[in-house]
Amino acid sequence: MAQIRVENLRKSFDQFTAVEGSNFTIDDGTFFAMLGPSGCGKTTTLRMIAGLELPTEGKILLDGEDVTFRRAAARDIAFVFQLFALYPHMNVAGNIGFPLKCQGMGRREIRERVQETARLLRIEHLVSSKTSKLSGGDRQRVALGRAMVRRPKAFLMDEPLGALDAEFRHLMCGELRDLHERIGATTVYVTHDQLEAMSMADQIAVMNKGRVEQIGSPQEVYDRPASMFVADFIGSPPMNFLRFESGLRSGDRTVAFHSVSVDVPEIREDRASAPLALGIRPEHIRFADEAPVRGEVFGAEYLGTTQIVTVDTPHGRLAARLPSSASVRIGETVGLEFHSERLALFDVASGLAVRTANEGRVRHG
Amino acid sequence: MTAVLTKSTAHSIVEASPRAKAVAGGLVILYAVITILPLLWIVATAFKSQSDAIAYPPKVIFQPTLEGYVNLFTVRTRQTPDFIAKLPPPETWYDKLVRQRDMVIAGPSKVVPRFVNSLIIGFGSTFLAVFLGTLAAYAFSRFRIPLADDLLFFILSTRMMPPVAVAIPIYLMYRQLNLTDTRLGMILLYTAVNVSLAVWLLKGFIDEIPREYEEAALVDGYTRLQALRKVVLPQAVTGIAATAIFCLIFSWNEYAFAVLLTSGEAQTMPPFIPFIIGEGGQDWPAVAAATTLFVVPIVLFTVLLRKHLLRGITFGAVRK
Repeated sequence: MAQIRVENLRKSFDQFTAVEGSNFTIDDGTFFAMLGPSGCGKTTTLRMIAGLELPTEGKILLDGEDVTFRRAAARDIAFVFQLFALYPHMNVAGNIGFPLKCQGMGRREIRERVQETARLLRIEHLVSSKTSKLSGGDRQRVALGRAMVRRPKAFLMDEPLGALDAEFRHLMCGELRDLHERIGATTVYVTHDQLEAMSMADQIAVMNKGRVEQIGSPQEVYDRPASMFVADFIGSPPMNFLRFESGLRSGDRTVAFHSVSVDVPEIREDRASAPLALGIRPEHIRFADEAPVRGEVFGAEYLGTTQIVTVDTPHGRLAARLPSSASVRIGETVGLEFHSERLALFDVASGLAVRTANEGRVRHG
Repeated sequence: MTAVLTKSTAHSIVEASPRAKAVAGGLVILYAVITILPLLWIVATAFKSQSDAIAYPPKVIFQPTLEGYVNLFTVRTRQTPDFIAKLPPPETWYDKLVRQRDMVIAGPSKVVPRFVNSLIIGFGSTFLAVFLGTLAAYAFSRFRIPLADDLLFFILSTRMMPPVAVAIPIYLMYRQLNLTDTRLGMILLYTAVNVSLAVWLLKGFIDEIPREYEEAALVDGYTRLQALRKVVLPQAVTGIAATAIFCLIFSWNEYAFAVLLTSGEAQTMPPFIPFIIGEGGQDWPAVAAATTLFVVPIVLFTVLLRKHLLRGITFGAVRK
């Protein structure tokens, strides 16, 4: 098991920079998810950690040892691919045992280790079948088995559930997390699916355009997004942004939102007047007749226990998550009340969050 | 579901109607007959006597004889009947056959060494072309190569001009290097011509194999070369087989360069066959016999690899 450290990692292909100056440390035994839209550099970062791609600049340390330019095989890590990459000319046992065969282990020992791994993954009944006959989930289990059998320092997974259908993906999410609890190996998991990242990871790195925008636990990333990108990318529906322009003073507990004053968590920095955005999660909006921010109901989407109500305000459209018991009529004018302690403020130009008391609350709470 | 679908062919847009199938089948059979007929004629001619072979109208029914094959493998001299009568009785059936026509066998003909030349040059150049082609195709498929597209075009462009255009420069070059009429020279020449085909074909096949397979092997402890040998090649077998057949067919049948560059030592079958001369001109039964034998290896090779060939040709047409 190992700690993975990435220092100033940069990778460019000709003109295009895929990864820019990434820095992070993944502690031993952490389930670390790299989350971002396609083309954000998450897979490239993972491939550099694996040694399948060489960085243009920067360092990769495994347990403090510099492995930046070491061959993939010499890093003692395992990689799970999106398309499983099971060798079609070998059966399940052959696939799982392959890494051991590469190491030159004896046949009997290989068989024992394969059996043990298969037992751990509950695929013992499949060991002698052909890989082409397996279902997607079983293929994924075999791919995991091939990764686990060597007991590597770390697992690197590149969208391992991406090729499965929704139902199976959910099941495998649970299984992967369960497996992680049992063997406790450092895992780096690349995905574009926020639900996978949120439900499995201990730490999430949200990436955008080659940069790591934020690293934190799922709660931190959700409750205290460091940038508008993160706020927008995580959560479904995403965080609402209401634009306004104002200056900020440290210690203020309200902001001048157009003509009304809106309560916000205590502001911790001074700023000259600039375009800002008020970030509100849909579940932090309530309808209140007397509230000063008003809008017109545009539509409602029924989701069982809750409903997503879209409201047009003079400053932009909002999505609010309300109990499905609330009666909403399209076209009616409503007052909007925000859960003031949970609001976020962003500087529109840089996209970065303004420091507020909310930050402290999450960090220390 | 499928069973129901296959039964209701009447209005199916994917399945052909019985009439269309019959027409298609008929056309295929007609085509097969047209292509096979000349081959059958050659095989039959090999068993005809000289006079039957050039008879007009052509003879379909004839008295089969092995004269053609005997003539192909031997050199004979004509003798007077007196001389032949004085000889000890013929030792073998072919001695007897020759003496019936007032001739005696003077020695073996050159067909066996020519055939061996064809085998060595054909298979040797095929092996080299496929070997080099696989390595190059793998590199083009997997690595970031500067000017890869241009290089691939250069490789293909070697096939763009007719052989006649380069025949003289190659001849002069070969003479300078003492490569004329050597097996090595012919192997090199055919390899050079075939390698472009091999690179292009194999690149297509290797592109189809997901990179993840070898990357998984690289992470699991293989070197690049081991991954290529043990993971990529087994999956590229189909493409390699198809490519090998195409290369072999080319180098086996090549005529123009063989005529130009070989005369003795390294002569292959194609320039040898048309010049099998008998008494008073071309010995057609012997030519037909040589042609029959010449076709056998390539037919065998193709039949052995036909499973791969069929898959190979359609490979990549449909995403699995």
